[in-house]
Amino acid sequence: MAVKTMIEAIRDGLREEMERDDRVFVMGEDVGPRGGVFGVTDGFFKQFGPTRVIDAPLAESVIAGAAIGAAINGMRPVAEMQFADFSHPAMDQIMNEAAKIRYRSNGAFNVPMVVRMPYGGGIHGALYHSQSVEALYGHIPGLTVVIPSNPYDAKGMLKAAIRDPDPVIFLEHKGAYRLIRGEVPDGDYTVPLGKAAVVREGSDMTAIAYGMMLHHCLKAAEEMASAGVQVEVVDVRTISPLDRDTIIESVKKTGKALVVYEDNRSGGWGAEISASIAEAAIEYLDGPILRVTGPDVPAMPYNHAQEEFFMPNPEKILSAMRELAAY
Amino acid sequence: MATSTKPKVDSNSRRSKTSASKPKHEELGLGKEQLLDMWYYMLLARSLDERMWLLNRQGKAPFVISCQGHEAIQIGVSFALERGKDWFLPYYRDLGVCLALGVTPRETMLQHFAKKDDPSSGGRQMPGHYGYRKLKIVTGSSPVATQFCHAVGVALASKLKGADEVTLVSGGEGATSKGDWHEAMNLAGIHNLPVIFLIENNQYAISVPVPMQVAGGSVAARGAGYGMPGVEVDGTDVLAVYEVALEAARRARAGEGPTLIEAKTYRLTAHSSDDNDRTYRGRDEIELWRAKEPIPKFRQYLLDSGIATEEELSEVKQRIDAEVNDATDWAETQPVPSADDTLKHVFATPEEKAQWR
Repeated sequence: MAVKTMIEAIRDGLREEMERDDRVFVMGEDVGPRGGVFGVTDGFFKQFGPTRVIDAPLAESVIAGAAIGAAINGMRPVAEMQFADFSHPAMDQIMNEAAKIRYRSNGAFNVPMVVRMPYGGGIHGALYHSQSVEALYGHIPGLTVVIPSNPYDAKGMLKAAIRDPDPVIFLEHKGAYRLIRGEVPDGDYTVPLGKAAVVREGSDMTAIAYGMMLHHCLKAAEEMASAGVQVEVVDVRTISPLDRDTIIESVKKTGKALVVYEDNRSGGWGAEISASIAEAAIEYLDGPILRVTGPDVPAMPYNHAQEEFFMPNPEKILSAMRELAAY
Repeated sequence: MATSTKPKVDSNSRRSKTSASKPKHEELGLGKEQLLDMWYYMLLARSLDERMWLLNRQGKAPFVISCQGHEAIQIGVSFALERGKDWFLPYYRDLGVCLALGVTPRETMLQHFAKKDDPSSGGRQMPGHYGYRKLKIVTGSSPVATQFCHAVGVALASKLKGADEVTLVSGGEGATSKGDWHEAMNLAGIHNLPVIFLIENNQYAISVPVPMQVAGGSVAARGAGYGMPGVEVDGTDVLAVYEVALEAARRARAGEGPTLIEAKTYRLTAHSSDDNDRTYRGRDEIELWRAKEPIPKFRQYLLDSGIATEEELSEVKQRIDAEVNDATDWAETQPVPSADDTLKHVFATPEEKAQWR
């Protein structure tokens, strides 16, 4: 099995789906000859041509809205938002249209589209190239929101997303794109949406995270292991609908829960995870549910000192793990 | 008030100049049967609409949003397209479009009463939010202008598949203020998509008149900015609308791209049953427009051109009255949605997923 980066795995998954099903096409800003600003669709324009790799005008609402229409008319669009921060003009189309079309038509219409969005910070992207949007989209029933944390999942979950009959928001952490590598099989496989995964077993506490934060948790868990504390790490993978069972089961086993996300603290997706744990497993807990998160400031600053202050990292997580272990 | 507009002669007028002696319908190749069909649907739309207001005022239905004054536009356009083959993304005033496409009076009343078998949404949406899979009427929402983006996507898919489908999308002149309208027009122009943008300009977006809504005063003129023809037509004249829509459909089918049609009319009712239009427009203005409204106008045309007699027209009226009564009485007795179904259709069920390809 070849070792690949996240970006290569996403590219492979997308290309294979386009080869497998000619209803699949991509549309987004600079996805054509440029191959996308991060290079996900590198080489696609040459391979599939301008009718299936469409350079959209700089207009996020119609990128999402036209994808909805094309999906209704039998296609399988994969729309790309250049940065998740710029998806907000498309929010009306995603929230009021894509997410509600099955429900409002009483099941008569559905929207099999995928909207890919690079998200997340720590890459000197400043206020408008660093945002985490999973809680915004996770709040909207009718959307499946996923964040793969490793190349294997990224390829398999993208394939599953494209084959899903309903709209999927596919979030890709920019910091993980080239940093995170892993083994990826060449052929076709899917990773089911809606399932979290225990990626590290442990008995003393559970750390729950997704995307780039998952890797920081794993690093901190290694440190804790050398001090004799075994941390179980759960990769949420699908933000919504949330796989509460896997999380609750782990927390019941370990009796302690730490939730990590880089979004703003208040109302972040980890708040929903924390509430779910409190509802279902509070009597199993030996300590408070702790969170390591970004602060409640409007967005991530550009300069290094303030960006570092904003971002959770293995050290901050380690400190919370130690605090929790001491309970 | 810039509400009174004299319809301009559209771009297809060359034909009418060379055969000025012929009545309009002959020039368009329409016979008695089609003309009476048009009449039937215009009057059916008006009659159902009036009934809905009555039911609303009786407290039997919480909401009405009206098509009154738009009938000529809606029937003229629908007759120029191919039912069952072309795609339609109507807006909340398009009762006439939906009826002409095959939504029945009974189905219309199921929607009005928010009954379980309402084909548009199973009683989930407010009246006027149309959608009907089998008739290729795409489900619509309340946020204004989002449908234009969907329409260019539908048309893009038709183009990618090589399918001979035209997409009609409509909205009011207020919708042209939204970014979605611009974004959709731009994409349609760039890709030369087989789509018709129909703007039913009824002079008001709720209370705001055209001079406060449309800079420059003309929606049609904006077509040029997107590389497509913008045609202005008298929206109270069903045959004039039919003619420009026919040309727009021909262009779309021939691969010549999108067309913008601005059909001018007047909203004869308040915006909706929850609006009080006395706060922003005078009764005299409405009376002025009543004198040129589409239904008496077409009725006169049918009589003057010898297409139909008074007796024939009143037969149609009686038939419609009976249908409206039947639809009302029948729909009122139909089952309401079950509260137990509130959680249904958020996502595909596992069974639906298993069958999905």
